[in-house]
Amino acid sequence: MSATHEAVHRHPAPTGFIRKYIFSVDHKVIGIQYILLALAAVLVGMSMSVLMRMNLSWPGTNWPILGTLFPGGAPGGMMTPEFYLSLVTMHGTIMVFFVLTTAPQGGFGNYFLPIQIGADDMAFPTLNMLSFWVTLLGFIVILAAIFVEGNPTLAAGIGASLGGASGVTVGPIGGWTGYAPLSALGKIAGPGQGAGMNLWIISIAIFCVGSLLGALNFITTLLNMRTRGMSLMRMPLTCWAWFTTAVLALLSFPVLLGGGVLLLLDRVADTSFFIPGGLYVSGILSGQNPNFPLHSGGSPILWQHLFWFFGHPEVYIAILPGMGATSHILSTFARKPVFGYRAMVFAIFAIGLLGFFVWGHHMFISGMSPYSAMTFSILTLSIGVPSAVKTFNWLGTLWGGRIRFTTAMLFAIGFVSLFVAGGITGLVLGQTSLDLPMHDTYFVTAHFHLVMGVASIFGMFAATYFWFPKMFGRMMSEGIGKIHFWITFIGVYCIFVPMHTMGIVGMPRRFSQFTEYEYLKSLHPLVMFVSVAAIATVLVQVLFYFNFFWSMFKGKKASDNPWEATTLEWDIPSPPPHDNFAGIAPTVYRGPYEFAVPGASRDYMMQSEPDAEGTTDNGDNGHKH
Amino acid sequence: MATMVTSTRPIIKKSAGGGPKVPGPGGNGSRKPNGDGDLLPDDSRSRRYRIGMWVGLASIFMMFTSLTSAYIVRAASANDWKPLPMPKILLVSTGLILISSVTLELARRRLKAGRQYHYAQFLVLTMALGFGFLFTQLNAWRELARQGVYVTTHPHSSFFYLLTGAHGVHLFGGLLAIIYLCIRSRPRPKADLAAAKSLAAVDALTIYWHFMDGLWLYLFLLLFFWR
Repeated sequence: MSATHEAVHRHPAPTGFIRKYIFSVDHKVIGIQYILLALAAVLVGMSMSVLMRMNLSWPGTNWPILGTLFPGGAPGGMMTPEFYLSLVTMHGTIMVFFVLTTAPQGGFGNYFLPIQIGADDMAFPTLNMLSFWVTLLGFIVILAAIFVEGNPTLAAGIGASLGGASGVTVGPIGGWTGYAPLSALGKIAGPGQGAGMNLWIISIAIFCVGSLLGALNFITTLLNMRTRGMSLMRMPLTCWAWFTTAVLALLSFPVLLGGGVLLLLDRVADTSFFIPGGLYVSGILSGQNPNFPLHSGGSPILWQHLFWFFGHPEVYIAILPGMGATSHILSTFARKPVFGYRAMVFAIFAIGLLGFFVWGHHMFISGMSPYSAMTFSILTLSIGVPSAVKTFNWLGTLWGGRIRFTTAMLFAIGFVSLFVAGGITGLVLGQTSLDLPMHDTYFVTAHFHLVMGVASIFGMFAATYFWFPKMFGRMMSEGIGKIHFWITFIGVYCIFVPMHTMGIVGMPRRFSQFTEYEYLKSLHPLVMFVSVAAIATVLVQVLFYFNFFWSMFKGKKASDNPWEATTLEWDIPSPPPHDNFAGIAPTVYRGPYEFAVPGASRDYMMQSEPDAEGTTDNGDNGHKH
Repeated sequence: MATMVTSTRPIIKKSAGGGPKVPGPGGNGSRKPNGDGDLLPDDSRSRRYRIGMWVGLASIFMMFTSLTSAYIVRAASANDWKPLPMPKILLVSTGLILISSVTLELARRRLKAGRQYHYAQFLVLTMALGFGFLFTQLNAWRELARQGVYVTTHPHSSFFYLLTGAHGVHLFGGLLAIIYLCIRSRPRPKADLAAAKSLAAVDALTIYWHFMDGLWLYLFLLLFFWR
């Protein structure tokens, strides 16, 4: 017996502040660190979108404060087009990588995956800690890109040694996609293409490494650390979603990393992976100037392939955890089992798998063969099938339930609404013939913001309101939460529905203003409306931040299972102790969504609850519902 | 809800929630039961390391896949593709890494058989061979540089430096792990636990090293025998 006890791997709870809260290997602390990182990053991303809306709605206005903050980018307080473009780039990059990829997976996944499968921690706790700190380093580097490009003093110092910075933008220019060849040329390609772009690539590469470490940990944990009785098909759908997300991250981030290395080599070592010959940029022909050495034979389309091979799975990396949380929360508050559990699992996997074969639909206008475009188109549309399976199963879960409209539930229903509203235009854009005119218009912007941006964020809001009591031992305010939900829900529709119209009219994305275009003049009231809605929606998020931090210290004390939910995390105290189950591994007797079980004493049965008769023979009977 | 009830039998079976009809406690979690609801013993270390290693290798595989696709596309995208002649010294490095795979495998088997001393010997030999490989690769770089072939000279040389460099960095990571294991291989208290840990680590490392070996063979063939 003593040998067994020696082999038992049990960490004592750390006592020092640094080991407990900063360099902690506890998956719960790391999860909260990820969430805090996302909460900080989303502030940066949101303020950038407000700046963009201001420039679009009130072109030519002087904003004295901007002139003070960014004397180079907004001389006299007036935004330059370059300044606007760098806002677009940084908004996209920060939101996609440091918000949509960190909070749903690194945050909630880290916190709840081990608990929901009955493990005391992740498989590799130290690696887990490393993955967070690497990700944070990536965030610091991307912030450095803003300041190196945006501040003339820094640009002259650090910027000059990193490829030269312009000092007139707030970061690199290139969109979050960083299309070659302009992104591969260096300073010669114009403002925002110097040091900031190098830092941008380095930041993405660092982020890739952090995500890979995280994904490795998630997969190993789920495969190897499940507790007694927790068979794969007894896992909560959240775990399936996090697992699929981890697989997607594991297989797609290395491709971006490879592409990023090639891009960086093109920029700093003057190779020609993505740079074609005979390029004429900024009035200089390739090879005619020491700043622009001779290039030949590279393929800019190659970058697009590598980028989108990562980029499309990335979209699912952002939304799958939201789908998992939504399934979980809908079932809990409808007091009904998830409709079609197995179908949900297979649909998650089908979406993940198909996500690897559709990257070409981002490149229909790149001049690809119509035959490959058709293949990509058909594969893209086929994603509609598992998506529809999920949607109908969510509706089926709600159907006939005794729904408890908590804030978490409202956000989960909002997720379904936004997923349908945003996904349906995917069927439009997935068709080559329709994509050709729609490409690079506000229609695309509206589509992906609804489905991957806002829907994912709603999934995260739902998860926050749902799990907050478990994480901090206190309830969030339901009243504030409901106000937050309704204004946000109406707000995002007011922002993105009109954008579809703009796109159909032909308003191009990424233009800093539209005053020069006669055919877009009539749209200006709509642009104003969107901006007002956007600013209102951003302002109401103050309520969320207030609710989050106020409730953390002053909220009503939460019981162990305030929502009467069934999964393992609700068996343990709120907040959970250091090693989750106090050294006693739980035993799982049933599936995760046993609500409204006929004949049971109450309307839910915990996963850890043995059968009434104490029988373990449950292997013979089919479903009875 | 009442409309959904199709049976009025008192509930003793799990009836909903999607769990399939699998045996209950004691089975199907990946952790083995320990008899009395006690903390589960961490006897799964070796398995955990191996799963983690395979998962990590999947991502390394994907990175080299992406570089390979870039290589193939780039070779076909323009007429400036001039393959390098193979530096003969690469045959030496290929031989070294192949032998190192064998010696590491031997080390692993010695450790499994409980022969600590021979294990350490083979581990040190593997480390020497690994450094020999990296040294030979560096010599190949130096040889090319002497001939005036640099990263930017032409696309094939860019890929040569990139792929050998990326492989070398990964192999160096493996070497660091070997050095760590060498340091650990001296006798220590709690020998049983230490040996179990070492075995789990060596198992995983061997997988990694064989993968790096195969990866090098693949890159070698891709760079010099694929046209």
